[in-house]
Amino acid sequence: MLQRVTRQVVVFAVFVVLMGFAYSGYKAFGQSIDDKQHDWWAVGSVLPRTDDLNMPPILDILAEFNVIQGGTDKVLGRLLFEESLFTLREAALGFAVGTVVGMGIAMALARSKPLERGLLPYVVASQTIPLIAIAPIVVIWGRKNVDFMPWEWQDWMSVSIIATFLTFFPVAVNGLRGLQSPRPENLELMESYAASWNQTLWRLRLPASVPYLFAALKIAATASIVGAIVGEISAGVGGGLGRRIFLEAQRYTTGPERLYASVIGSAILGIFVFLVITGVERLVLGHQGREAVT
Amino acid sequence: MSAHAVAVKAASKVFNQGKSNEVHALDEIDLTVEDGEFITLIGPSGCGKSTLLRLIAALTEPTGGEVEVKGKSAEQARLDQDYGMAFQRAGLFDWRTVSKNIELPLELMGWSRGDRVRRAGEMLELVKLPEFGGHHPSELSGGMQQRVAIARSLAFSPSLLLMDEPFGALDEMTREHMQDELLRIWSETHTTVVFVTHSIPEAAYLSSRVVVMSPRPGRIATIVDVDLGDRSDDTREDPAFFEKVTEVREALRAVESA
Repeated sequence: MLQRVTRQVVVFAVFVVLMGFAYSGYKAFGQSIDDKQHDWWAVGSVLPRTDDLNMPPILDILAEFNVIQGGTDKVLGRLLFEESLFTLREAALGFAVGTVVGMGIAMALARSKPLERGLLPYVVASQTIPLIAIAPIVVIWGRKNVDFMPWEWQDWMSVSIIATFLTFFPVAVNGLRGLQSPRPENLELMESYAASWNQTLWRLRLPASVPYLFAALKIAATASIVGAIVGEISAGVGGGLGRRIFLEAQRYTTGPERLYASVIGSAILGIFVFLVITGVERLVLGHQGREAVT
Repeated sequence: MSAHAVAVKAASKVFNQGKSNEVHALDEIDLTVEDGEFITLIGPSGCGKSTLLRLIAALTEPTGGEVEVKGKSAEQARLDQDYGMAFQRAGLFDWRTVSKNIELPLELMGWSRGDRVRRAGEMLELVKLPEFGGHHPSELSGGMQQRVAIARSLAFSPSLLLMDEPFGALDEMTREHMQDELLRIWSETHTTVVFVTHSIPEAAYLSSRVVVMSPRPGRIATIVDVDLGDRSDDTREDPAFFEKVTEVREALRAVESA
């Protein structure tokens, strides 16, 4: 177990370093041939130009994490960490609500074949709605209409709704697959005990769906981060990684490293939540002597 | 008056009735099983032996005739949990420990925790796996898993045990061992057993009567009475046993060539 984790960490580190070398190698090559002239195949045309504005040096990007930012007394790394927590809170709420909603849908669809046939296409269609379009609408709804809650509605909660929208889908689809995963003889066994639908759900279908659920939760966790970031950007919420990325994109020409660093920060947050879910999965399934599904 | 353990009366089963792919799985089957009997159903694939077992279990309904278990309708017997069932795959729930698997039917019947634990312990003794209660099924061999499945099917002491090729996936040595275990349990618990198999020696070794079935449509071709007394390893080499094996085999040949 520990050995496997160590090996995976090493493989990942090697991969990251190789990507760094590829980036730097391409940049150095482009610089050496004057990519403005497009005289070497795709360099500088299909692939990006290699000057410092388009491709800031990796060491500059890494150094930027430790540079105190204007208007604050904090380094960028510190700011990104705080903004990650803000985004994580939105994403976590959206993830939790989305998981509950997704499992609810999965159970309803597993209960009734006609419902599955009738509703599943709409569940799929829901994901074709452009997030960027609905994000501002959700924020405006939240500000104007949600006054029946015992607490004051915050803009970040609207962002959570957007994260929910991305989270519930993989949970509903994979959850349904998991609820339908028991073998026919296991279902017949429950039938032979004259077990009710609820007894079969709690003792067979739900436990059987757990590996499928974890596969969905890994997708949903990273999707909730993406949803939160996109929600922050398109809803104009005053905080979080989305806000940071939006700001650094606007002033890109005066400091491209900052945007690159922000993107790396976002990626780290996504990887972090993925690893948390994977860790819980190993604990739960390992304890039961079960394999993960993919 | 005492009812038969199982009474199948002119039962038919047609799949996809009225459609172009209509299949007559069973045609007017009559069969009675007495209390304490060990009956095997044998026949070529497609003869409906598993379907007949499922009719008795009320996991599927007959399209004609009726099936009674312990003097009531098969459906009522299912609802009253009058029988235990074991399948070709052990079908244990791999998220539950061995003990918890055996406790499953008891949970559904509302037994208290203490009674369940005690009963699971007794059942593990019966199938000779007392030290494996805390293990997960994935840690057990195929034969051990099948023993747990039998323990599970017997946990609530049903008077009728329905088994659908339970040893089909086991190797020959394990299989013979399991047959002896099953006969020991059968004689200890006085359970009536209806056992589906496609193995001729298995049918002859286990049962008091072998029901030989013919396919398309599924019918009972002949019933071979087997009286070999108490079985033991010597039985497997007894000429009387081979005679019965031959008798069943010839009945099956007649069915195949018909």
